[in-house]
Amino acid sequence: MPLVAPEEFPPPVMPAEEFIGPPTDPEEERIEVGVAIVGGGPAGLACAIRVMQLLEDEPELAEKLGEVPVAVIEKGKTTGAHLLSGANMRPSAMRELFPDLDPSQWPVYQEVTRDAVYLLTKRRALPLKPMPPNFRNHGNYVTSVAKLGRFLGEKAEEAGVYVLAETAADKLLVEDRIVKGVRSGDKGRGRDGEELSNFEPGSDVIAKASVLAEGTLGHLTMAALDFYDLHGRDPQRWELGVKEVWKVERPLDRVIHTMGWPLRKRAKWNEFGGSFIYPMGEDEVCIGLVVGLDYTDATFSVHDALQELKTHPFVREILDGGERVAWGAKTIPSGGYWSMPSRLSVPGMVIAGDAAGMVNIPELKGIHYAMHAGMYAAEAIVDALKRDSINFESYDEKVRDSVIEEDMYRSRNMRQPFEHGFFAGGVLASLMTITRGAFPGGHWRNEPDATHAMSIDGAAKDYSNPDNKYIFDKLSSVFASGNATRDDAPNHIRLQTRVPREIAQTWVSMCPAQVYEIPDDQLTAGAETIDLQVTPSNCVQCGAITAKGGRLTLPEGGDGPLYQET
Amino acid sequence: MPGILVYALHSDEGEFNKNSLGAISEAAKLAGELGTEAAAVVVGDVPDDACQGLGAYGASKVWRAKGSPEGLAQPIVDVMAKLISDEGYSYALFGGGLLGFEIGAGLTARLGAGVTMEVTEVKVADGKLVAERPVLQDSSIVDVGYVSEPGIIIGRLNAFDATERDGGSAEVADVEPELSEWSTKATMVTRGEARGEDVNIEDAELLVGGGRGLGEAENFKLAEELADALGGAVAATRAVVDAGWYPYAAQIGQTGKTVAPRLYLAAGISGAIQHKVGMQSSENILAINKDPNAPIFEFADLGVVGDLHKILPKLTEAVKAKKGG
Amino acid sequence: MKICCLCKEVPDASVQKRIDPETKRLDRSGEKNLNPFDTHALEAAMQIKEGAQDVEEIVAVTMGPESAVRALHKAVALGADRSVHLTDPALTGSDVCATGYALAKVLEAESPDLVLLGQQSDDGECYTIGAVVADHLKMPSLTQVIKLDVTDGKLRCERQAEYGYDTVDVEMPAVISVGDAINEPRYPSLKAIMGAKKKPLDTKSASDVGIEADRIGEGGSRTTVLEINPPPQKEAGEIIEDEDTNETVEKIVAWLEERKLI
Repeated sequence: MPLVAPEEFPPPVMPAEEFIGPPTDPEEERIEVGVAIVGGGPAGLACAIRVMQLLEDEPELAEKLGEVPVAVIEKGKTTGAHLLSGANMRPSAMRELFPDLDPSQWPVYQEVTRDAVYLLTKRRALPLKPMPPNFRNHGNYVTSVAKLGRFLGEKAEEAGVYVLAETAADKLLVEDRIVKGVRSGDKGRGRDGEELSNFEPGSDVIAKASVLAEGTLGHLTMAALDFYDLHGRDPQRWELGVKEVWKVERPLDRVIHTMGWPLRKRAKWNEFGGSFIYPMGEDEVCIGLVVGLDYTDATFSVHDALQELKTHPFVREILDGGERVAWGAKTIPSGGYWSMPSRLSVPGMVIAGDAAGMVNIPELKGIHYAMHAGMYAAEAIVDALKRDSINFESYDEKVRDSVIEEDMYRSRNMRQPFEHGFFAGGVLASLMTITRGAFPGGHWRNEPDATHAMSIDGAAKDYSNPDNKYIFDKLSSVFASGNATRDDAPNHIRLQTRVPREIAQTWVSMCPAQVYEIPDDQLTAGAETIDLQVTPSNCVQCGAITAKGGRLTLPEGGDGPLYQET
Repeated sequence: MPGILVYALHSDEGEFNKNSLGAISEAAKLAGELGTEAAAVVVGDVPDDACQGLGAYGASKVWRAKGSPEGLAQPIVDVMAKLISDEGYSYALFGGGLLGFEIGAGLTARLGAGVTMEVTEVKVADGKLVAERPVLQDSSIVDVGYVSEPGIIIGRLNAFDATERDGGSAEVADVEPELSEWSTKATMVTRGEARGEDVNIEDAELLVGGGRGLGEAENFKLAEELADALGGAVAATRAVVDAGWYPYAAQIGQTGKTVAPRLYLAAGISGAIQHKVGMQSSENILAINKDPNAPIFEFADLGVVGDLHKILPKLTEAVKAKKGG
Repeated sequence: MKICCLCKEVPDASVQKRIDPETKRLDRSGEKNLNPFDTHALEAAMQIKEGAQDVEEIVAVTMGPESAVRALHKAVALGADRSVHLTDPALTGSDVCATGYALAKVLEAESPDLVLLGQQSDDGECYTIGAVVADHLKMPSLTQVIKLDVTDGKLRCERQAEYGYDTVDVEMPAVISVGDAINEPRYPSLKAIMGAKKKPLDTKSASDVGIEADRIGEGGSRTTVLEINPPPQKEAGEIIEDEDTNETVEKIVAWLEERKLI
């Protein structure tokens, strides 16, 4: 079978043309706000809260910003509904944003006091000692970003921020290359885009400053990177994480990371990643598997590999007797330093958080960077607007001078060597850690995930049959994510649907929500070319399809999962 | 002597509603255990023999309010409230259905009474009645007790079976309704208009659900023929509605309707949870699917692993034969 | 005409609902939302207003804890002109009887011409609060109405009853519970959402509206939850492999007969 790469079937979309343009509402109907923040996640909400804190000492500016000084536009049902992460959060950002709040009042489960890393084989779990230093989490806090999102959302509202949930920011409003705001998405369109009886068009939200804090694969961010030519030295790449939360009978006493099984070590399959198992208080545990989307076996499925992982005796000991209470999936940008945008600001706009690739994959950190970036953005914006300027370049400088840049630079080449397989990669990564990035130095290039040629191989052979008590299928998992999107919603996924079998299979297996299916008759006939079936209402908006050849655009605000503890 | 008062709904033609007959049977059974009696309330000009016939289901007495209009709840609230106060009934029981809910609710306000609705079972404990009802989409069952008298019990549709017992003939007594001022403010313009095209699968007792396993839109004919033979209606999964094989009005599941028929026959349906939550409370679930690993077999009462294209036509014939013969 | 829309804050549909075993009441922590059925009532009110009827105001009314304010914001974003929040710790634990009484008292203070509400709430599954409230208010009432027209101060309502569709004329003031088939609720515009917090919101306690303390809360309830149990365990079903279809069909028919389904 010929090897085909997903990038040979680009999606029918022109982001810069479609998602960027001038305001179109008549002037009286435009909504005016001071600062418009797209994304109610750690970056966006930290920015919102910080702006309000700063405005307390800037009454003149506060007045200039008008009735709605800060508006956060969030596409989920509430802030936190679309957030998913491990996570062990470094406390520095929380301390800075809420100096008067004690960690006991943070939305966290516990401080990390014990952690361990294991190398898994099919039957054994070998502790890695000494523990690779990038996994050390003492002093960090186990948290759920979904909970953090709700907490920060409440704090933001208390501070006077307008949090507009169930609202998608569909379009970036730009006039004369200056960002003027964003346009909210339409509601009430049917499957073919037609206007239904309760159609409500979106609105132009005009802002003096716009912050794109959309998270991974940010819709407007990606269009802006094209439009303003802000791409980093390397293209961005992503990992897909699938996670479950379990109620367990015995508390877990340590933060665990694993490598190895069930991911295969040979270079040709390119399966890089690992799992995390974190305690959440006394009676809950979360488990997740994170894998780079540059794998090459078309039948590989992160969701099913996670189910496989649970069958390992080491994991069974932790989860047995328990009950799954949540499931979710999301991508993480993993290109690191070289893939971050070349500039983080343009006139009228800044980009912060995961949307700007501020994730340190080898150390699995991103939340506190996002919050720090949000705060820097707030400071730069307040500073500039005070002087009636929309030049936010000081934000870029703050980020460059900060721990964000420092940490990202240090781990800049650690992800790439794993293309050479697990062991070679492991050795190189360790050397880099020990030398704090100095050796071997240089610039190891990131390749986009969609360039890797796919072949139908044997990953699926090892996947167990779901029993829906311990091993779960994708549909019941989508249900557990709280996804209840209406069936006649328009298809928000841009994709070529007539593709070779390898590509179809790639997408079918990759998607954790079973959005893509090969029609029964083509499956049984072994057809070489497939007409892919798409069920967009299953989509949990993880973003994997964008990384691997398609393009996720925004569904109606309010659609998608309702994560609570992920 | 305190007892149980039951509302007996009837059509314009004088035929008593099945659920009301069920409620009378249930009331009679409970009254027996409590050492008291069950009585029925009828409104409208219902002939003597029809009223006496309610005795066959266990009503010892039938109160008839000839002058009251049928089909609207509030006049009946007036009638029943007076009877309950004058005669001292301890409980009022309704057989489910729109009017039962509305009358029961009105009595709750009028008499300051406790009410439980969607009741699936009633039991006797310490000389009192306890109502059982499912809650939260049937995920739990609650036992509800009454703190004072009277207690209002509104059954779920089809919860009480109508059983004839050697009750003999019921005593019929006429009452003059004293209507409240607001009971005269609603007037029936047309009652019981049939509208053919509307598929009301929520009320059907027997449903045949079709899923992707049917293969193509035309094969829904198989489901329709079986549903006809059984005397039921046809339902569909989201997947086939999405594909345009069947209308959305028939869709069952998380984003469709929720049903609890006596029989749900799932043909070619995998049983994914998005569909399951719409039909899991069906009394009897029969699944036909060629995939032995389909999740539906985990909760079906009878699972048939086989080719529905072969089974459905034969089953339809067999059912027709059974019913015809 | 003054229309009051009764609203309720309920747990979001996609949240796993459960009963708190200690209080024996619905666990209301977690995501909450405006009862979807009530959005149909608000839409019906808006359609009456937009249909050239003389509607002076639409008031959203709710009884609930502090958090219920969000449901009111949503109601206002959907078109209500102002809202009233009846909140009081004494109301916790009210059953249908007590709740209906309390709601009637707060509505009494508003003197509405028309009270609209959704026919059921996602959590209580009671289908009747409208009828309870109506009797207290001494108003005519109908539930499960799927078509509503206002002509000359009268309401022409259609609903599906036991024997088919009934058309009923109701004089105002009246209480009407609407079914979800009545309309397709509109989406609030961004402007409306942002303006919602500025619309007047009156908070009232039980005594503010003359509610007698002994008729509400657990003490005022006439029913009590004795026990909560999981539903009876379904016995594992039987599975037949179809080899001889005639035989299989015979078995199915026998099964159907046994259960009195044919």
